[in-house]
Amino acid sequence: MMAAVIFIISVAALMQFFVSYCRSLIAASARRALSVDVQDVIGIRRSASGEDFERVMQFLHLCPDRREDRNGVKAIGAYFRLLGAVGTTMGKLIPSLRVWTESERSQCAYFAAVALDRRIAHNRDMFAEQMSA
Amino acid sequence: MSVLVSAGRYLVFTQHGLVSSEYTYFYYYSDAILTICLYFALMGLYAIVFEELGAAMRLRVFMMLLLIGTTLFSYAVVHQSESRMLTHYIVEISQNLYFVGLILTYVLWAALLKLRESRVRVIQIVLSLGVYFSINAANYALHNAYPNLRFVWAFLPPAAGMFLPIAWIYAFMKFDDEARLAPARLAAVPR
Repeated sequence: MMAAVIFIISVAALMQFFVSYCRSLIAASARRALSVDVQDVIGIRRSASGEDFERVMQFLHLCPDRREDRNGVKAIGAYFRLLGAVGTTMGKLIPSLRVWTESERSQCAYFAAVALDRRIAHNRDMFAEQMSA
Repeated sequence: MSVLVSAGRYLVFTQHGLVSSEYTYFYYYSDAILTICLYFALMGLYAIVFEELGAAMRLRVFMMLLLIGTTLFSYAVVHQSESRMLTHYIVEISQNLYFVGLILTYVLWAALLKLRESRVRVIQIVLSLGVYFSINAANYALHNAYPNLRFVWAFLPPAAGMFLPIAWIYAFMKFDDEARLAPARLAAVPR
């Protein structure tokens, strides 16, 4: 009985902490503007939509990764799938929840776009260093 | 501390094997010691957050009393049960230690929101600690309730154990001391 109570409370707390942690990762990138090149490639200007996420992730996987953002991208990918599951299952019952999950999904897509921007800039710097060496 | 424990575990593992009772006892007791070390890290975070209120010392005393209380409570629960196996005790105490850690982290997170603490590094360290404690508390509760579900509860602690240092390294490398964030934007329930 006690183990069951602890399990339920822990899972509920885990959801809250995980959502807040992912939001803290996203919030750090939300203030950053995308470069013109990346805007042209992925077609996102100031805001993204949830549907852009998979497309941006495909571009992200094409680009050599940076160790620094690898885990952040994975965490946001998991968060995006969690939001998708919550939106499709509970969104029909609670419309405001559906709106919230869609807004969060669009921020996930923007986070992925910022990560892509950083990777491209990093690879350009590496290329420039190699050329000058 | 974690490196010492890992070295000790490796020694016991090579001498006695993975399924030996020596390794089982060493694993669980060293895990409890590492959890208590995390309590001290949590105390440090409390001291940082409550620095301006001057209540850090009282909080430390409260947390130490809570830790002692948890140990005594776990012992009392197992002592009353019919099967007085030491392995049952260690799973019970691990579950309770992680759960108390989770509650303390949750209180700290609520305090961060209330005090509008905006340092990104502190926020990310507290949230990742919350994720770590909640995964382990849920996992040990599952272990306690369903000892046969080994494929679930044997997999989660290593995953959570990897997540915590990676998240902390990320917080230290990515953000400097001055990086700020509005904490109210992060709450799962909008405030």
